[in-house]
Amino acid sequence: MIEIKKLTKQADNKLILRGIDLSITQGETVAILGQNGAGKSTLLKVLATLIKPTSGLVKINGLDLKKDHIEVKKMFGYLPHSSLLYDHNTPLENLVFFGNLYGVKDVENRARKLVNDVGLSFFINEPVKNFSRGMIQRIAIARAIIHEPKIMLLDEPHTGLDQGAITILNNVVLSMKEKGCTTLMVTHDFKQAAAICDRIIIVKNGKIADDFKINSQSLSLVSEKYQVLVEGGS
Amino acid sequence: MLRAALTIAKKDIYSELRTKQVLGTMIIFAGLVILVLSFAFDPANNTTKAVIPGAVWIIIVFSGILGLNRSLVSEQRNETMHGLMVAPMDASSIYLGKFMANFSMILIVEIVSIPFLFLLFDFKITGSILYFILVLFVGSFGFIAIGTFLAALASNSKSSEMLLPLLLFPMTSPVLIGVTQATKIILTNMEKLSTALSWMQLVAAYDVIFFVLCFLLIEYVLEV
Ligand SMILES: Nc1ncnc2c1ncn2[C@@H]1O[C@H](COP(=O)(O)OP(=O)(O)O)[C@@H](O)[C@H]1O
Ligand SMILES: [Mg+2]
Repeated sequence: MIEIKKLTKQADNKLILRGIDLSITQGETVAILGQNGAGKSTLLKVLATLIKPTSGLVKINGLDLKKDHIEVKKMFGYLPHSSLLYDHNTPLENLVFFGNLYGVKDVENRARKLVNDVGLSFFINEPVKNFSRGMIQRIAIARAIIHEPKIMLLDEPHTGLDQGAITILNNVVLSMKEKGCTTLMVTHDFKQAAAICDRIIIVKNGKIADDFKINSQSLSLVSEKYQVLVEGGS
Repeated sequence: MLRAALTIAKKDIYSELRTKQVLGTMIIFAGLVILVLSFAFDPANNTTKAVIPGAVWIIIVFSGILGLNRSLVSEQRNETMHGLMVAPMDASSIYLGKFMANFSMILIVEIVSIPFLFLLFDFKITGSILYFILVLFVGSFGFIAIGTFLAALASNSKSSEMLLPLLLFPMTSPVLIGVTQATKIILTNMEKLSTALSWMQLVAAYDVIFFVLCFLLIEYVLEV
């Protein structure tokens, strides 16, 4: 599904990604762990076609990231740090707008359903600027999946969410997985990573330091490996 | 591609109609310019009629800059520009959408402020209204086409408010020189219509060339 070979990214004479090799098959839920500044967000941005790689090859379902960018972009649901929402518009208007850009059919009903799913149907006609951090994050999640993406790129999706919202998010990821959706999730929350992911990648200094599969919720394994690699090994 | 551009333009115009922030500023600004001109040049005096063609373009240029600056800076809050860039469309769709929104806004400003200008100065068009509308269209098109592109370029910089006018004036001066000359002739001296028409042809050619260039190059400007 995702093939990355010798991917590097340089910015201001600084190598942020130093040769990433990664292969992810369809339906995998992958957690990307690593310290701040390791290059996790940059990796997702390259995949989401926001920034161009300096060198290396990225193929999505055999499609080229640049040449077939429209087809590729349709497959991605990207949730970065910022909400990507228009402040003075309501959740419904935001979702309908982005849904239209993706050519979603029957977009208004889909938007209403998603707002309902993330538990904000009372606020569907309030401008987003009055929302709390967690409420915005809920709408941002709905925005990222409005077009039923094949691949989700989530950058620290758990930050600012309350317990209810974490459950909603995890359920979104798990139910998308059932439909065959692939997920890449940057997170610092080992518990959530162990709960919903079946593969862990640890990024360190722009390289992949470890890559292993986990079976049902082995939280201790994750934190053990992380500690050895990141905290102890540096 | 057109569908995506229309979606973006509609979103911009719709939220502008609700908040009225930018359009309001532009129209108030245009009104102030007209008032100050009417203090400086006695509307009763016939010679002041000569400043009208220039005044028309002063209004368009300065209120245009206000709108252009906002149109791309407004996409920076919550990084909504990134949302547009990861959506399945070409960068030129974003340009086209922004262009259409800015062009409609400047047309609204023109529709409101130019009749006000003519009324206050008791200006009777001796030339042709049809040609006047045409020259307004051609001039605004070029100004906004180049302006939208440069606003995108400048919005990546911290001092975009200052950078935009600095880039905009040299780039659009051929358009502005051409249309002020043409406007002067069309409003006051229809005998020289052929000169006005050749000015307009020149501007129209410049418009087309730059529109196509901006359309093709916007991809490199919007890159993060
Ligand atoms: N546009 C940029 N120009 C220069 N350096 C950058 C740029 N973007 C990110 N970096 C640097 O790259 C490193 C990795 O950033 P990032 O991918 O955001 O890390 P994280 O793993 O915390 O998400 C950081 O040291 C950051 O300072
Ligand atoms: Mg990050």
